[in-house]
Amino acid sequence: MAARKIAPDTPELRMQWGSWTFNEETKAKADKAIARYPEGRQRSATMPLLDLAQRQVGAETNTQGWLPLPVIEYVAAYLDQPVIRVLEVATFYTMYNLEPVGKYHVQVCGTTPCMLRGSDDIIATCKKRGMKAGHVSDDGLWSFTEVECMGNCATAPMVQINDDNYEDLTAERMDAVLDALAKGETPKAGTQEPGRHTSEPANALSSLKEMVDENHDYRGEW
Amino acid sequence: MSLADKDRIFTNVYGFQDWGLKAAQARGDWDDTKKLMEVGQDAIIDEMKASGLRGRGGAGFPTGMKWSFMPKESKDGRPSFLVINADESEPGSCKDREIIRHDPHKLIEGALIAGFAMRARAAYIYIRGEYIREAETLFAAVEQAYDAGLLGKNAAGSGYDFDVYVHRGAGAYICGEETAMIESLEGKKGQPRLKPPFPAGAGLYGCPTTVNNVESIAVVPTILRRGAAWFSSFGRENNKGTKLFQISGHVNKPCVVEEAMGITFEELIEKHCGGIRGGWDNLLAVIPGGSSVPLVPGEQIRNAFMDFDGLKELGSGLGTAGVIVMDKSTDVVRAISRISYFYKHESCGQCTPCREGTGWMWRVMKRLESGDAAIEEIDMLQQVTKQVEGHTICALGDAAAWPIQGLIRHFRPEIERRINERAGAMQEAAE
Repeated sequence: MAARKIAPDTPELRMQWGSWTFNEETKAKADKAIARYPEGRQRSATMPLLDLAQRQVGAETNTQGWLPLPVIEYVAAYLDQPVIRVLEVATFYTMYNLEPVGKYHVQVCGTTPCMLRGSDDIIATCKKRGMKAGHVSDDGLWSFTEVECMGNCATAPMVQINDDNYEDLTAERMDAVLDALAKGETPKAGTQEPGRHTSEPANALSSLKEMVDENHDYRGEW
Repeated sequence: MSLADKDRIFTNVYGFQDWGLKAAQARGDWDDTKKLMEVGQDAIIDEMKASGLRGRGGAGFPTGMKWSFMPKESKDGRPSFLVINADESEPGSCKDREIIRHDPHKLIEGALIAGFAMRARAAYIYIRGEYIREAETLFAAVEQAYDAGLLGKNAAGSGYDFDVYVHRGAGAYICGEETAMIESLEGKKGQPRLKPPFPAGAGLYGCPTTVNNVESIAVVPTILRRGAAWFSSFGRENNKGTKLFQISGHVNKPCVVEEAMGITFEELIEKHCGGIRGGWDNLLAVIPGGSSVPLVPGEQIRNAFMDFDGLKELGSGLGTAGVIVMDKSTDVVRAISRISYFYKHESCGQCTPCREGTGWMWRVMKRLESGDAAIEEIDMLQQVTKQVEGHTICALGDAAAWPIQGLIRHFRPEIERRINERAGAMQEAAE
């Protein structure tokens, strides 16, 4: 199991987060999420609401966001659920941050398909910059986690930073992405391999060539 | 002979063109869906059975037969549900992502037809949390379908009311197990349920439920349009159709590609992946179906048929067709040890053999990497994998055991070499 623990419940935590509520925008999204499930099954919305809460906390703190205990309690109350029912979900799923994180959460995949394509170098690039697991850099910019397979195996190695993936990395390309983010720029997401579009054989398309230039309809050839 | 472009189902798999409704319709999606449904539920299920489609999520259960387990009418008023498994998290697998972000309307149209055939009231698409941009696309595509009257009341003019909802996960591999997925959809920890009852009897909210993989559902409209005979003209007996393969690791051009089932490994690699890095003599081993299946030594897989039975004959499996290729530069013990870490990380903690066993196996694997072990420990490890395998509620325990068993079966001399080498070095240091 993944080792997970929540931030200590201290008076300071209560002071800072005790009166936290959804803002108007989050509330609208939360109610829309609840409506996706049948009447009386609002517990199903626990996951989307925790995600929305984390995102709002992120926007408020200029980080990726996390879930302080009072926020989890608020979500539980919003769904009319016992706190433990929501807390156990927050601790079970690894995408919920249980402690504060940096502005950018650098999540490098280290599972075998990425490892075979050089994820060791990508992790080393992060470490060289002082990133380490469970630690926010002094400038508040970076948090680092080595994560498990992210499903980008044909464009490995890869990193997910907040909501975007950067794929086909080398140490140099990773440095370029991190430099751009540090400068407040928005690097191009997706594959970093020149000439590659997504997951096709790079610069050696072996099928569906008509699709490159036009929205080809193959039905005429059926 | 290999698959022609006109016979590829996922023509926008690389996303060169727009995923949106208009572009998808121009490629043939949502073309008179009503007509496909008019033949009736039983005829659709029969056609799916005749097509020979086996589930594309790994287990390979016949899709049409799975649908036929659903109740034909509700005797107690409970609705039925279709749950679509888009929690693609198996290391080596990255095909559903391409369907979702580049061809989402094939999935949504398939959801309507499959949901209709099994008499479901709605479909929930459970997409893994890490597919953030992909989920944004999927939410938007579903909205497009509603706006165009293709979902909701009288969906696509068929007279059938059907809803499709998207549910995002939050980073738990185990939710790809169907009952864990149902638990997660209900807002709980994703811990698998005991079976029986099977989901077709009591699944989501206690209602009859079928869980199908994204690819299994997304191929449905094309199969119905072109006919079961067309689909079953590809592949070998019992292994029909086309399939998305995902080739990662030490090939020159890793990629996702749709091919006919039963293509040989060599043809798949030569045709689409630019060959093995360093040539065929440099091939060490292949994990042919995602991390859960045992590896196959390079010399055995070259001429293998890439389908369920072909890989079963080699003591492995097709799984999700996530093909992980390892050349001779690979530290094969570390490659498997890293997979052991994955399973340790992803065990849900419910069953003791898995919760404790995955950690134990990983720690031993870690020592085998450097040879810091005794020869007898290889046998002990083998024995423990057998004690985990088959002794847990779900198959995660099995999935953690098989890669290690495959390593010991094929690379025992390499493990022993490391142990002996380290022992020798220690001896020398002592003298």
